[in-house]
Amino acid sequence: MPADFYFAIEVILNGLMAGVLYSLVALGFVLIFKASGIFNYAQGVMALFAAMTLVGIMNGQVPFAHLFNAIFGTEIHYFGWQVPALFAILLTTLVMVVFAWAVQRYIFRHLVGQEPIILFMATIGLAYFLEGVGDLMWGSDIKTLDVGLPQGASFWIEEQTAFLGGEDFFGFFIDQLDIVAAGVAIVLVAVLVAFSQYTKQGRAMRAVADDHQAALSVGISLNYIWILVWSLAGFVALVAGIMWGAKSGVQFSLSLIALKALPVLMLGGFTSIPGAIVGGLIIGVGEQLFEFLVGPLVGGATENWFAYVLALLVLVFRPQGLFGERIIERV
Amino acid sequence: MLYREAGDFKTSYVADSQTFPIAFDRWRYYAVLAVAFGIIPFLVNDYWANAILVPFLIYAIAAIGLNILTGYCGQVSLGTGGFMAVGAYACFKLMTGFPEVSIVLHIIAAGFITAAVGVFFGLPSLRIKGFYLAVATLAAQFFLVWLFNKVSWFYNYSASGQITAPERDVFGIVVTGPNTEAWAKYLICLVFVTLAAILARNLTRGSLGRQWMAIRDMDIAAEIIGVNPLRAKLTAFAISSFFIGISGALFFAVYLGAIEVGEAFGIQKSFLVLFMIIIGGLGSIFGSFAGAAFLVLLPVVLKLLGVDLFGWPTDIVAHIQLVIVGGLIILFLIVEPHGLAQLWRLAKEKLRLWPFPH
Repeated sequence: MPADFYFAIEVILNGLMAGVLYSLVALGFVLIFKASGIFNYAQGVMALFAAMTLVGIMNGQVPFAHLFNAIFGTEIHYFGWQVPALFAILLTTLVMVVFAWAVQRYIFRHLVGQEPIILFMATIGLAYFLEGVGDLMWGSDIKTLDVGLPQGASFWIEEQTAFLGGEDFFGFFIDQLDIVAAGVAIVLVAVLVAFSQYTKQGRAMRAVADDHQAALSVGISLNYIWILVWSLAGFVALVAGIMWGAKSGVQFSLSLIALKALPVLMLGGFTSIPGAIVGGLIIGVGEQLFEFLVGPLVGGATENWFAYVLALLVLVFRPQGLFGERIIERV
Repeated sequence: MLYREAGDFKTSYVADSQTFPIAFDRWRYYAVLAVAFGIIPFLVNDYWANAILVPFLIYAIAAIGLNILTGYCGQVSLGTGGFMAVGAYACFKLMTGFPEVSIVLHIIAAGFITAAVGVFFGLPSLRIKGFYLAVATLAAQFFLVWLFNKVSWFYNYSASGQITAPERDVFGIVVTGPNTEAWAKYLICLVFVTLAAILARNLTRGSLGRQWMAIRDMDIAAEIIGVNPLRAKLTAFAISSFFIGISGALFFAVYLGAIEVGEAFGIQKSFLVLFMIIIGGLGSIFGSFAGAAFLVLLPVVLKLLGVDLFGWPTDIVAHIQLVIVGGLIILFLIVEPHGLAQLWRLAKEKLRLWPFPH
């Protein structure tokens, strides 16, 4: 077997891992879209905000310290304590629940019944707002996030697979963090599916997703369900934020993963959780392979647009995406 | 007290179909034009031209363009930055390829090239609707920026990857390059803005504009009453991209003079122009101006207040600006989805009746 062949397999494996991370972000989109018809552009910024909050809480940073210092001329920065990772994650989840409540109470309650595109633009506004608030609260410098996840190459896999190739092949290189992320994503999806299938709240959530009016008439509180859904999306954002943040640091570019998740959604369909997973994997593998095979011919950095063009091509033939519900239009 | 009218007395079709049917509005329009062309060029200095007036005029053209597509035809586009880049690079290639031809023709030709690119990326709109389309236009944004970054033919193989506008003149007056006077920059942008606004205003109230609005309000119903969706959507994409291309060309050649594509025409630019038309008013030419003015002035005012007056660090002021812009977008969508233009319209209605409300 030529080494190139194994490199291609390695590229595919790494693409799968990257795809899992895309799916993680896309999941948050699908949750909100299914339950409320809102296409939440702010999902990426929510991941950034959650990661920033987590780092801030763990380091005992004073919220809005920079702002206070600038206005009142004080010099406060830290409370001077360290919070253990697990407890900080719990606190951050709490913050995301409060955020979900505020979003529902102050924004989307006033926009009920508006066109989807208006709601979409409102979430773009929300993304800007949240990014500004996050920067004001915790500062905009690049932070490192360390919640004790393993980092670096997995030597075990490298050693176990080294025998496959010839002399110039040293086994598959896979980041341990990616493996952990894949595991977390699988658990998260299983939990979400179980939640929506077997619990009362989960069933109510699916009912709302199916038909708002019918759900209202059997006594389901739309308000409660929407807060629940936004909280869930906030939690998914936190998980995504932890994974991406541990991988490449907590900084502004983290919010751009939303832009990576959009083509995943278009490909998989906005309404399908399996679609988000499969779409993420296809795009993850597709863009790595494309960069590996075609990238060198056209100058590289094709991953910026490949996912979009692929999704666009799929949409032209299947406007609802691969797994989405059929779009039926009535006059 | 401002409006003195006792009713509509039209005696000819020409009088009935004029752009400003109310005499006071018409005179105000002439007065604004007179001030803009006759007085401001003599007063303008470098700071006012570069910080406020020239960006305002250029963004106003882009906002008019996006408003035609999004506000009038209902097709949300997030590819504005990419199309502005097409205009800028087309203008650059034309300027360096045909130095003897006038810059005005280059800018207009850049508009036409952008229109062709816009039609190409508008083709999926025939199958894809709503935010599926909005996301699809992101494909244009990312692909075009990547293209101009990677293919060195577009920036004439310069080592820095930047494009720089050579010096060109109109009637002997230098309008591009480092030696441009502030008033010349202002005036060439003003001419393009005025022509764009008049063109857009008349397109949107003619048969084409009515087709766009029919598609926006309900595309299936519009198709049933005989509007050709292919024609209506693609003309909207073409004309919108034409304006956006012109604004991109001016942005590069007249305003900045040298640009790097990822920085100048990134996705932030797309959002900025989209915010302009949301705040200004979807489906309104006046709204495009109001939104552009608002979002050009906001950072300047915030900087004056925050940095110069209170002495806060610039990064904090930049963050506060994000919060304010985001908050305003949400506020406008909740309170006044038709933007500043609607507020202006309401004020006008009130003024026409004042002081007798019945």
